[in-house]
Amino acid sequence: MGNPTDFTLAEARDALKAKKLSSRELTQAYVSNIEKHNPALNAYITTTPERALKDADAADVRIAKGQAGALEGIPLAIKDLFCTNGVQTTAASHILKGFVPQYESFVTSKLWQAGGVMLGKTNLDEFAMGSSNTTSNFGNVINPWKAKGSTKDLVPGGSSGGSAAAVAARMCLAATGTDTGGSIRQPAAFCGIVGIKPTYGRCSRWGVIAFASSLDQAGMFARNVRDAAITQTVICGHDPQDSTSQLLAVPDFEKALSGNIKGLRIGIPKEYRVDGIDSEISALWDKGIGWLKSAGAEIIDVSLPHTKYALPTYYIIAPAEASSNLSRYDGIRYGQRVTPQGGSLTDMYCQTRAAGFGKEVKRRIMIGTYVLSAGYYDAYYKKAQRVRYLIAQDFKNVFEKVDALLTPTAPSAAFAIGENSDDPVKMYLNDVFTIPSSLAGLPALSLPAGLSDKGLPLGLQLIGKAFDEETVFRIAGVMEEAAQFKAVPQEVEA
Amino acid sequence: MSAPYRIKGNTGEWEVILGLEVHAQVSSKSKLFSGAPNDFGSEPNENVSLIDAGMPGMLPVINGYCVEQAVRTGLGLKAQINLRSVFDRKNYFYPDLPQGYQISQFLDPIVGKGTLCIDMPDGSTRDIGITRLHLEQDAGKSLHEHSPKHTFIDLNRAGIALMEIVSEPDMRSPEEAGLYVKKLRSIVRYLGTCDGDMEKGSMRCDVNVSVRKPGAPLGTRCEIKNVNSVRFMIKAIEFEAQRQVEILENGGKIDQETRLFDSSTGETRTMRSKEDAHDYRYFPDPDLLPLEFSQEFVNKIKATLPELPDDKKQRYINDLGLSPYDASVLVADQLTTQYFETIAAKHNAKLASNWITVGLFGRLNKAGLEIDASPISTDALSGLLALIEDNTISGKIANVVFDKMFETGKSAVQIVDEEGLKQVTDTGAIEKVIDEVIAANPDKVAEYRSGKDKLFAFFVGQVMKASGGKANPGMVNELLKKKLA
Repeated sequence: MGNPTDFTLAEARDALKAKKLSSRELTQAYVSNIEKHNPALNAYITTTPERALKDADAADVRIAKGQAGALEGIPLAIKDLFCTNGVQTTAASHILKGFVPQYESFVTSKLWQAGGVMLGKTNLDEFAMGSSNTTSNFGNVINPWKAKGSTKDLVPGGSSGGSAAAVAARMCLAATGTDTGGSIRQPAAFCGIVGIKPTYGRCSRWGVIAFASSLDQAGMFARNVRDAAITQTVICGHDPQDSTSQLLAVPDFEKALSGNIKGLRIGIPKEYRVDGIDSEISALWDKGIGWLKSAGAEIIDVSLPHTKYALPTYYIIAPAEASSNLSRYDGIRYGQRVTPQGGSLTDMYCQTRAAGFGKEVKRRIMIGTYVLSAGYYDAYYKKAQRVRYLIAQDFKNVFEKVDALLTPTAPSAAFAIGENSDDPVKMYLNDVFTIPSSLAGLPALSLPAGLSDKGLPLGLQLIGKAFDEETVFRIAGVMEEAAQFKAVPQEVEA
Repeated sequence: MSAPYRIKGNTGEWEVILGLEVHAQVSSKSKLFSGAPNDFGSEPNENVSLIDAGMPGMLPVINGYCVEQAVRTGLGLKAQINLRSVFDRKNYFYPDLPQGYQISQFLDPIVGKGTLCIDMPDGSTRDIGITRLHLEQDAGKSLHEHSPKHTFIDLNRAGIALMEIVSEPDMRSPEEAGLYVKKLRSIVRYLGTCDGDMEKGSMRCDVNVSVRKPGAPLGTRCEIKNVNSVRFMIKAIEFEAQRQVEILENGGKIDQETRLFDSSTGETRTMRSKEDAHDYRYFPDPDLLPLEFSQEFVNKIKATLPELPDDKKQRYINDLGLSPYDASVLVADQLTTQYFETIAAKHNAKLASNWITVGLFGRLNKAGLEIDASPISTDALSGLLALIEDNTISGKIANVVFDKMFETGKSAVQIVDEEGLKQVTDTGAIEKVIDEVIAANPDKVAEYRSGKDKLFAFFVGQVMKASGGKANPGMVNELLKKKLA
């Protein structure tokens, strides 16, 4: 037996069940990997090795008793946006430094109930606001991949950069993420792994620190499609504590991986052939279309006419909701507080929030406050809501003709740290392909489809009908087979 | 109709325009969006859930019972029930507002236009328009009195369901505003949707006040916040209207602002001006779906509504022959109507009404008691009325007996027996008294017989006096007429 971290999640699961491997051995291997790679990559804000080994031992006992859950003994990482009982939860913000929730998010509860082992809490952009994981108060996350012949640090994407880097660098078998406008899919693409954002309403938002409530959705990162399907099945499901959570049965997504997509109709939206798209990405997209054709799918050119309005629409709605969601971080009840000498209540609010929030968060709070203010509400927020409806209608219309859509995940491969950081709009463009489906609340998955000339992973995105994650997984499984993406980051090889 | 209420200024008369916003706490076991209990009088911060405290990642879930209560109240106000309404966030910072926003309803409230009918003292009624009713969360409480340096926060109230009931600017006098609040309180109490207790803060009023010359366009209004009793509200309006008239008559203009009533001085003062007004940045709460329910849901609630004060009043007038005024006094409070209906079932309704609205209420008022603490039970009053109806005692004696009942708790029969207050219906005995009176007043007898009819009342009075009030008044009348003829 080689290094147990070479196992995929499905393999590890089966090995554990067959008692060829103990969760303690597996978990210890991951704890060692974290010790080895995390100092360089900074993927974790908090590691919980003692808890992990305790969880592992308990899992081994349950396996021995034949009481194994779906993820029994599997070491997992949790984006530090999920509240975890007794473990610091920061949203990568200074304002929540030292905050230890006395409750467990619904999604992570489901993982622990299924037997998952917690390795720690992963880094992210502050309050999940960013596309490069460079806005964290706990330092940048470094992408485990390097461009050919370069030692330059690259971004892992964001906001769930820590989770993506942790999965790619084998510092966990799978990790939770949250996706508001692409925060799972774009880092999955940048790190050469699979990331799934389910339909809005599939996963409970209870206990997940809110960024933009009408868009936030939890999802999973894993090394391959099957592992993503296994873990995503566990975290879905109705929660009466979240009014937007849907009362629907959750299919076993692993069972959807039939390998057969004959006759499925796949749409190729012409509006995604945007100017400035990397030619390599364009070529990879065509390659992906070829794989689908070879597998017997029918390719249909479609149009989503309001696509170009998606980005500006998103950057009105998401900050608007965020400006309100982040009001609770006032230093009164928990988190950091700055008490100015002789200052007023307003001074306390101002200084607490000035010291507690980073630049990008402040920028979005200000944008959001502006678009909701009297006199601007109709021109910005209300109009954006109308456009959002039109964007959702676009998808609804094309889904009468096709079963899923194929697009690139991001307009480029991972870029260097510091790049794009002087121009927020350029940074926001990273999410141009992921945002429309977020606004429409649709399930979408990114899978690694090839390497760029520089040897960096590139992703393709599949977008499905609402609550039809199964078709998305099924197509992804076929594409994964065709892509034969076997590359691993230099950090892992080392 | 009585003369309209006017403020007399140096330049003539002014009319007062009033609109009310009443915050009524929904009677329910738990809060509007969290499972935390609603109990009054708990230790500070005892009834606080993670949601109420605005902890990260917490989400609101609507309490269906509070929705029912709002619909029930809307039906009681004969209002439009909106099958689809929307919860919005009202954003502002305050330490007792943990989320940094209040969940309220702004553009699409659960209840739309309705009517509330107020009963004027002259027996007439006036319809006051209801603009809307919406559901919202209460805030917590900031306590400044415990320390000079620190503010303490009690979140027990944070998240409790309130109904904000907004009236049209239809009231024209402090008295009407007072009657409006009393009537609203009466209706929510009948419905069981709010306990209406202003002292406990279950009902709080904000009053919009403006003045104008009769017939002129509406003036600029000021909002007076948190007036916590009807008496204070009337005082606050009187002061505020006078203040506005003085400003206008001195050539000034009214600034639209929010003012606070100080009950110790009886004055209102600026709380915040229009410039300082918050921009609440209302927008639909993305954590909550629009609130939607079916007409069947509304119909089901409708079927459980009790007979409301206006219907009851109409029934008392039509079926029992009561005056509109007496009927409105009786129906104002559900306990009173129960009291009345118990007695009216056995006795003449008008007699029962009189003895309750005048006899009982007068004595309760004097003693500072409410009807639920009345020392006179329905059986006791019934006993008294029985004695009147069978002519055992006269109305006048009954009053004396009632006083004694109130004081001693003894029954009417016992008092009448012990004190020998039984009415004299023996013809001979009454005739004897009449003869004595006639003999003692020969001049008056002569005057009467020469045509001064008015003197008859004098003779009745003398006879009643001489009999210690016990002579049956009807027989006295009859026999006197004969003897004086």
